[in-house]
Amino acid sequence: MMQTRARRSLVPVILIGIVALYAILLVGVPVAAMLQAAFGKGITVFLSALITPDAIHAFAITLLLASGACAFNLIAGLVLAWVLVRQQFAGKRVLSALVDAPFVIAPIIIGAVLIIVFGRGGWLTIPGVHIAFALPGMLLAMIIVSMPFVTREVMPVLAELGPEQEEGAYTLGAGRFYTFRRIVLPELRWALLYGLAQTFSRALGEFGAIIVIGGAIQGVTETTTIYLFRALDDRNAIGAYSASILLALLSAVLLSIMEVFNRRRPRAFVTEETSL
Amino acid sequence: MGAQLQLTASAKVREAPRAVHVHGGSARSIGIEQRLRSLAAIASASGLRLAALSYLAVCVAVPLLIIHAEGLRHGLDSLVNDVTRPAALHAIGLTVWTAALMTVINTVMGVLTAYVLVTYRFPGKALLNALVGLPLAIPTLIAGVMLVILYGPQTAIGSFFEKQLGTRILFAPPGIVLALLFVSYPFVVRTVQPALLALDGDQSEAAYTLGASGWYTFRRVILPAITPAVLTGALLSFARALGEFGAVVIVAGNIPMRSQMASVYIYAQVEAGDMQAASGVSMVLLWIAFGLTFGAEWLARKYSAMPVQTAQAGVSPTVARQSP
Repeated sequence: MMQTRARRSLVPVILIGIVALYAILLVGVPVAAMLQAAFGKGITVFLSALITPDAIHAFAITLLLASGACAFNLIAGLVLAWVLVRQQFAGKRVLSALVDAPFVIAPIIIGAVLIIVFGRGGWLTIPGVHIAFALPGMLLAMIIVSMPFVTREVMPVLAELGPEQEEGAYTLGAGRFYTFRRIVLPELRWALLYGLAQTFSRALGEFGAIIVIGGAIQGVTETTTIYLFRALDDRNAIGAYSASILLALLSAVLLSIMEVFNRRRPRAFVTEETSL
Repeated sequence: MGAQLQLTASAKVREAPRAVHVHGGSARSIGIEQRLRSLAAIASASGLRLAALSYLAVCVAVPLLIIHAEGLRHGLDSLVNDVTRPAALHAIGLTVWTAALMTVINTVMGVLTAYVLVTYRFPGKALLNALVGLPLAIPTLIAGVMLVILYGPQTAIGSFFEKQLGTRILFAPPGIVLALLFVSYPFVVRTVQPALLALDGDQSEAAYTLGASGWYTFRRVILPAITPAVLTGALLSFARALGEFGAVVIVAGNIPMRSQMASVYIYAQVEAGDMQAASGVSMVLLWIAFGLTFGAEWLARKYSAMPVQTAQAGVSPTVARQSP
């Protein structure tokens, strides 16, 4: 009896040990190795690698495109979630299942599709309008790749909310837009912020789709991911590591802030798998 | 697209009576102003729907159609030719087997991690939880850079493997599997965690109290209940690994017939201007991913009709044996 109890109390320790070791070896050590590589030669080397003209330009392009993708997916995602939850029509369930499909379609395939349509000799090339190998194509790629986040955050909250309050407001004579702005939007606040943070973080780190459609033109269509990929090739290790740290930090900080906000959301609305 | 437009049009017709009903009471007595208002409401509702569905179509349906149209442009024979080139077959094979191996390891370790995080209290638990979620916040390209820093040929670990064990990590399958493991570690954990939390402890506690061992309880009570979540997580990581590019292009490089993964093959073909070959391999990847997703959904639906039964059947022999 004593023996079994002793053995049982050891099991948790062993299991926790295995998991901790695995997580540290798989995730912790590589992260530490990168921090060491970037900061090993001192913070000034790290910072001076970040303020080269190419690095700054790439970072500005990244922020611009990611903000654009956020703005578009915010509006369109809100509309899509509204239509899929509030309106009744045939095929709604199939269409709702399609929202998650971009997770299955590899970004590199999105890049290939955009080249097929807008590239040289593509299906839709308008003289004088540059989409491929230019920022508009890259923005389109980022929008498509980060499309599901806002929609899938908003849908469960809208469904939970139910149409009763809105209908009450209509009955009392409020306009549709007024009702949406004053009744629905405040309830969606946290879901929207959380979806936006995920969209932004996804867009910051996008690489496959935008290197294909953007063509990686130095100083023109170079985002931070593309910049650091080139820096690795050019044996500019410190530039690559510094840019990596900058992006990873930005993305991680953003998502942790949102994680804190996520806990503030009304309990019923918190979906545990949102961080996927 | 055509089907969706048609769908919107027919839905518009169907919605008309409802809208009138909501806004105007008896249909006969509504004034012209109210009729205009309800028409505007219908128009804005279907306008919204058209906008929403075009957004969905442009992001999902149109890319799928285009890749198939381009892949099949010169007919099925040419598609088969493109996909069965040695380099393409090698890339697809390498991608599928490394992704499968990763999925097996990731599923076992993911379930174990979720179980430990949900079941036990221990110092540093919040830290471990954060560490597990970290790969979601790190762009995958940067995950690749991290592995190069750690396992590159000049590093201690890299040179140890090359000189002592005769195998490389980078530009070889071990590095690919490590990169895929890093990138998809949170997928199984984060899908299984809520499923474990949702289990009420009563059943497993009852099994414990009745003398079932921890492993027996896990296998017969907990595992059947979380199987759909485990399956979903495993599938997510496999699908993700099939299309992974950033981590893999750095860790595996672009050496045809050696370490070139399917996504990198697609990239190389696009760069070379061979869009048919790129589309062909893309189609293969998409069909594998969608086929598995639908297969798993079908399995889960078949399975989810029974989990309560299975769980009870699992406990009842113990109950029969142990009860006085």
